[in-house]
Amino acid sequence: MKIARVVGNVLATVKHPALAAQRLLLVEDEGPDGTLEGKARLALDRVDAGEGDRVLVLDEGNGAAQVLSRARGPVRTVIVGVIDEVESFTAQDIR
Amino acid sequence: MQHARVLGAVVATRKVAAWHGRRLVWVQPIDLDGRPAGRKLVALDTVSAATGQDVFLVRGREAAEALPDAFNPADATIVALVDRIEGAGR
Repeated sequence: MKIARVVGNVLATVKHPALAAQRLLLVEDEGPDGTLEGKARLALDRVDAGEGDRVLVLDEGNGAAQVLSRARGPVRTVIVGVIDEVESFTAQDIR
Repeated sequence: MQHARVLGAVVATRKVAAWHGRRLVWVQPIDLDGRPAGRKLVALDTVSAATGQDVFLVRGREAAEALPDAFNPADATIVALVDRIEGAGR
């Protein structure tokens, strides 16, 4: 799973039936300190995330099918959580 | 799943039986600003994408799942035509 930021709402009229009636969001990978890393993905939204939210993104087909409660299809990227906070430890804390 | 732009059609009359009747297109993955991001690739097309159009691409094992018979060798498939992205651009 990846930490990402929702940066846009994707409107697509013509799409594969597997994507019908699903919210599609554009998300950008984020580093641990909140910096955007420039890598964008398109994801289905299962948690009602909105623009600017920091989210947890699953990018794997079998897990995606489970979250969507259906057989495997051409979907592999799903937003599975809205992140409230990330507590980070430095190497020094661990030592 | 990623955002890409269609560069053109790839015509192959002889292809594996599982792809008969299917279109192949040449695509360039793009970033948030519409600039090229990563290497160009050939993808199967399920939505009749036109050259120059922005599309939604799925890669990996899930690409084959876009066809009714998932037993086919696709590793990239176009699954949506992007009309517009609201709020994109930081």
